[in-house]
Amino acid sequence: MTEMNMIQSLNSALNNMLESDPNVLIFGEDVGYFGGVFRVTDGLQEKHGSNRVFDAPLAEGGIAAIAFGMGLNGLRPVMEIQFADYIFPAYDQIVNEMAKLRHRSGGEFSTPVTIRTPAGGGIKGGHHHSQSPEGQFTHTPGIKVVYCSNPYNAKGLLISAIECNDPVVFFEPKRCYRGPFYGDPHNVPTWKGHQYSDVPEEHYTIPIGEANMVMEGDKCTVIAWGAMVHVAEQGIKDSGISCDLIDLQSLIPWDKDAVVNSVKKTGRCVIVHEAPKTSGFGAEMSASVQERCFYHLENPIERVTGWDTPFPHSTEWDYLPNPQRIADAIKRTQED
Amino acid sequence: MTGEAQDGRLDGFTVPDAPRRPGEQAHFEPWTFTPQDLNRPDPKTCTSADTSEHASGLVRVLDDDGIASGAWHPNLSPDELRQGLEMMCRLRIFDDRMMKMQRTGKLSFYMRSLGEEAIAISQTMALQEHDWLFPTYRQPGCQFVRGRSMVSMINHCIGNVEDNVKGRQMPVHYTYREGHYISVSSPVGTQFSQAVGVAMASAYKGEDQATITWIGDGASAEGDYHYAVNFASIFKPPVILCVVNNQWAISTHRHFASGGNNFATRALPYGIPSFRVDGNDFLALYSVTKWARERASAGMGATHIEILTYRAGAHSSSDDASLYRPADEHEHWPGGDPIDRLKNHLITTGEWSEEKQIALEQQLDEEVVAAYKEAVTHGDLANGPWPPASTIFTEVYEEVPWHIQEQREELGK
Repeated sequence: MTEMNMIQSLNSALNNMLESDPNVLIFGEDVGYFGGVFRVTDGLQEKHGSNRVFDAPLAEGGIAAIAFGMGLNGLRPVMEIQFADYIFPAYDQIVNEMAKLRHRSGGEFSTPVTIRTPAGGGIKGGHHHSQSPEGQFTHTPGIKVVYCSNPYNAKGLLISAIECNDPVVFFEPKRCYRGPFYGDPHNVPTWKGHQYSDVPEEHYTIPIGEANMVMEGDKCTVIAWGAMVHVAEQGIKDSGISCDLIDLQSLIPWDKDAVVNSVKKTGRCVIVHEAPKTSGFGAEMSASVQERCFYHLENPIERVTGWDTPFPHSTEWDYLPNPQRIADAIKRTQED
Repeated sequence: MTGEAQDGRLDGFTVPDAPRRPGEQAHFEPWTFTPQDLNRPDPKTCTSADTSEHASGLVRVLDDDGIASGAWHPNLSPDELRQGLEMMCRLRIFDDRMMKMQRTGKLSFYMRSLGEEAIAISQTMALQEHDWLFPTYRQPGCQFVRGRSMVSMINHCIGNVEDNVKGRQMPVHYTYREGHYISVSSPVGTQFSQAVGVAMASAYKGEDQATITWIGDGASAEGDYHYAVNFASIFKPPVILCVVNNQWAISTHRHFASGGNNFATRALPYGIPSFRVDGNDFLALYSVTKWARERASAGMGATHIEILTYRAGAHSSSDDASLYRPADEHEHWPGGDPIDRLKNHLITTGEWSEEKQIALEQQLDEEVVAAYKEAVTHGDLANGPWPPASTIFTEVYEEVPWHIQEQREELGK
């Protein structure tokens, strides 16, 4: 085990896969010589050669299209979209092409592309360096959607994504690259000493579709993913109420057993995500919990989310869910 | 370089590299282009074929000694040239001050125009006041030409209560409708094809109004660039399409934007006249833009311009350029520095002096500091006051729908 931050653990995952599988290629904007604007691919071109780790033209649609083609023809491409906000020129390639290739070809063709992309707010990125568009991909059958939250699950999930024979959109909460984020911009710890910063150097996987129970309790089930896992952890502590905290990790497919068993135990449910509320993945979770746990629910399901607005710059702390809003929601689920 | 042969496989596909990386000696081939090289065709009758030499050559007016000559000499008055010099210097000093303030946390982020000051300023001067400007984040200088106050610009950059973007966008994402300067968006390249639509609207309305837009060499790989050139080729609206080839897109060298060595010639097969211009030559930029404006007024449609320059600073406050290119590469650029070149020209013609330059820079520095001091009285990003949280919810739609109103009430601010 080595103590790593999330940048290092993602780098370690990519390095393991480049070493073990000659069909793995990495490309994207600034990922080659420079090693990525967040340094996730640092040193990989030098180590593995520029035919395997290289800069792409600034053309997200083109990046996704060549990844599609490479994956179709036997390679295992890992493409980076520098910020999730910039994924939309690639949306057609992902939604209409990658997601449907296996199905449209009667199973003759498939393309095992991994799309890594930093997402989420908290870095004063304004409209276009802060969005968390997972809901725009969970709504597309044919792609898997993963959202890591810490160094340990980042590596295990990324290796699973690369080894997966389906296309995977892999969101990385950029706010948490160098440390967990508990919702207080004035108190920003590093990953040092965190329970999930001990990361094996070698290959390991976390199955896509399995959630992680971060905390256990009996009064409420709190479901979160990405940076909001840590904010929810703080919110639970602030509420003083005993809660299960489920880090969903995989959104498509999501861990039905973990969620249903927990809600049946607690009878309450709070869902937290930083993307806008309307049609966010929290809506899917809320509907599914209601369908599967209706007779166990003691109170309405609560959603704590970003607002249904573009992501702001100066006022981002009023936009992102914070521990107070989460604690208030947990308390509301306890009312008689 | 191509991939290493492994396990008896063929070498892989071609992966280019930048010509020079950190630790290597910066070098550019010297230019052989002179102000006498190229004629000035009639903008009212010119075809794309008439500009093939202009696209593969380089339009220059100022030579290396600061002497202006040739068919493209715009014959600007000394007052106009001094005005251009003053605005370029103002922009550079403004940028320096903002960068310093970024380092102290007063701004979240900043992007300088260093080495590219001539572009926005001379090109905007060559246009008419009501022409649309559809910039990237590296043409803030347009606003000086159109009369925007530095206080107003700083208010935006520090995200305070007077920010006309209302704290919604990152710094340098200016919007200035009064100056016909269209709101800057972070996704690269999008404005390029949108500008063609703006120009088509002007044509539809029968107005003599041109639209100028810019895109970087890196972003010209986006589909938006190609949409723009093709739509402009087909519908022939009054648009001026400028590719700022400043060699670098963050760490991505232009070798990754095009397998060719020239961006100007791309437009010729589309039937659009195209020029490559020395981007650090204030006079050449002015002159070619004026030509494109005349063509637009004549109803002849688009002009495409490659502006050959060098991004002398890092991409933004977020990257260290010495990690991916020789730190002194900008000093070797054959086009020199745009401010030095115009200053030397004015000195050579007896219209300026080093003493006046020093006094100008001192005066501008005082003006920038005064503007900054005034702006921070309205708050800054580090300390507030910021725009009220209610600005999150307004102007998402023309009217606030009920679900957003509910969320605003839930926030309670």
